[in-house]
Amino acid sequence: MIARLKDALLAALIAGVLTLPLMGARTIESAHGLTAEWHLDRVLAVVVTVFLGRLAVLALLRRARGLGRMFSQISAWVARSAKVFSVQRRKKRRLLKTRFALPAILILATLLLPLMPFSSRYVLDVGIMVLTYIMLAWGLNITVGYAGLLDLGYVAFYAIGAYSYALLAQYADMGFWAALPLCGLIAAAVGVVLGFPVLRLRGDYFAIVTLGFGEITRLILINWTTLTGGPNGLSGVPRPRLFGMEFARSGEEGQALFHDVFGLAFDPSQRVVFLYYIILGMALLVGWFSWRLRRLPLGRAWEALREDEVACAALGVNRWWVKLTAYALAASVAGLGGAFFAARQGFISPESFTFMESATILAIIILGGMGSLMGVVLATLFIIGLPELFRDLEQFRMLAFGLGMVLVMIWRPGGLMSAREPTVRL
Amino acid sequence: MDYLLQQLINGLTLGAVYGLIAIGYTMVFGIIGMINFAHGEIYMIGAFVTVISFVVCGLTGMDNVAVMLAVALIVTIVVTGLYGWTIERVAYRPLRNAPRLAALISSIGMSVLLQNYVQLLQGARVKTMQPVMQGGVTLMDRADGFTVSVSYMQIIIMVLTVALMTGVTLVIRRTTLGRAQRACEQDKVMAALLGVNVDRTIAITFVIGAVLAAIAGFMVTMYYGVVDFFMGFLAGMKAFTAAVLGGIGSLPGAMLGGLLIGLIESFWAGYVSAQYKDVAVFGILMLVLMLRPNGLFGRPEIEKV
Repeated sequence: MIARLKDALLAALIAGVLTLPLMGARTIESAHGLTAEWHLDRVLAVVVTVFLGRLAVLALLRRARGLGRMFSQISAWVARSAKVFSVQRRKKRRLLKTRFALPAILILATLLLPLMPFSSRYVLDVGIMVLTYIMLAWGLNITVGYAGLLDLGYVAFYAIGAYSYALLAQYADMGFWAALPLCGLIAAAVGVVLGFPVLRLRGDYFAIVTLGFGEITRLILINWTTLTGGPNGLSGVPRPRLFGMEFARSGEEGQALFHDVFGLAFDPSQRVVFLYYIILGMALLVGWFSWRLRRLPLGRAWEALREDEVACAALGVNRWWVKLTAYALAASVAGLGGAFFAARQGFISPESFTFMESATILAIIILGGMGSLMGVVLATLFIIGLPELFRDLEQFRMLAFGLGMVLVMIWRPGGLMSAREPTVRL
Repeated sequence: MDYLLQQLINGLTLGAVYGLIAIGYTMVFGIIGMINFAHGEIYMIGAFVTVISFVVCGLTGMDNVAVMLAVALIVTIVVTGLYGWTIERVAYRPLRNAPRLAALISSIGMSVLLQNYVQLLQGARVKTMQPVMQGGVTLMDRADGFTVSVSYMQIIIMVLTVALMTGVTLVIRRTTLGRAQRACEQDKVMAALLGVNVDRTIAITFVIGAVLAAIAGFMVTMYYGVVDFFMGFLAGMKAFTAAVLGGIGSLPGAMLGGLLIGLIESFWAGYVSAQYKDVAVFGILMLVLMLRPNGLFGRPEIEKV
């Protein structure tokens, strides 16, 4: 008991020293330079919480005989409850139906969402955002989940897609549908050019270099004012049309308008519904594509490479080529996503493409279990959907992401819904 | 010529700071083979704690600059060192035997966490502090009014950096602790069998790295007087570039790399383009990794099955 009390006191002391300056005194600008505002109550709260929490953990530990056992119990429970949804469970015939049932229900639900009575414009906006992130995460999943390459500069390709569309529309007068495949191609081409030299690098060096790509892209976007508009960004990006029909109250002479053609009253939410279906179609396409890819020889090579590079090289797999395809494919998905983002917002600036964006998408994949498609969907709903619905918690979102990444890694390094089972078994 | 000299002085100052941060990267990489992504944030926390200590000292009515400096330095070192220890204990130690990317992801999470923690508590705006120490030595005075000068702060930064570097090198070369660190670097299991407390040695390595980053943060705050919650990201990236350039795992390499990066940045800003100075540094990182992944002083790594 005394030992536990000592331990808890020590933990509380450490927590106190850690939080005292940063939490206890908030620096504020005033007329005569910086001054501070005291928040010692917060420090006290943290200290007491840590003390009691540590005592509770220690008491629990004695029962569970060791931290490891407690963790393994909890994580086994999470795994069991996650397994029910797992797309990987194929041995038990009983569950075979659920393997397709959950995705089918989800797809049906998303298809019908705009028709639901409760679907306001706000709900659809959140839906579009969630679907965008699902698509981006499925794209990044190809590099991080399948091929095991930690790409920290994914946002670079997202930005390239967005700026490609904005510039193509501005200079070449291209519409969304003509520019969309081009944006994917441009992003993939940049991915090949960048990936070409760096894919030989070891895992963590590769991560840092891709982080550098992300930053370089952002810095170029900020500083190349003549082309990209610098920090002000580009505005007036044209909206997507449906077979040449514009979603607007009024258009130029001879311009077909959606509500005119169909004899409806004009409603701005028509465009939102249209955008929703575009991104739904794109996301489903990417999901289906990457799901099928995984069963191709190429997909198997990715997984093999992730598990053991040296063995792959010994078996004659062209490592560099296999990695390059994964990197370029993920880049093209980000390019498509970027083009959609630009078309949806109508305005883009470098501010939308910071490292935090890459970190968010990475957090989705990690939380979802690297490689698992359904996991990505659930994680996106959790990470993007929840904070969107509870706007007040917005400021704590990134804090929670960071914490979540650390905890997931400590707890279940494979992710919450790990799909690290090989697709084929001998 | 005068302009060149001034850029050289500025570059060396900057390089000294990068070098100090780079040591943290290089030591941690040497001993557990991971990139401590949150190291830049440690430096940021060091800078913030310095500002807060000064403000609090000012509020309590202290007016002796020397005492204030000493108090701020000690507080910064203690608090930031403890942050380094805690991060290792909480986020990295449980992952000691996990795959390499797991630890890297954990450290990215830690970095995001710390950035937002400071942003929430201290606000997103840039904090500007009045310079504590002013004045300097004018080396050259030209007729058109351009002067080449070294400020006292720059001199302090350079002298302190050299002293710290010597100290750390001596610790690693001569003391029991240094011997334990070198042993863990080579083979942790064998070191443990021979009675080295591996966990403690690794923890101390993190604390040393954090303390050096804290001193770097302290000096930068004294020098520029500007801090914000995002400053650790760029500085961390540059220091990491310095560590890679010098050969990650090598102590003199980190220092030399830091100086080179500082000089390149300063000259690039002075002669080519101030806007693209960060791009230049990232470009160097990529070039080094592609052409000479072991850096200037690094040992080649052998892929083992």
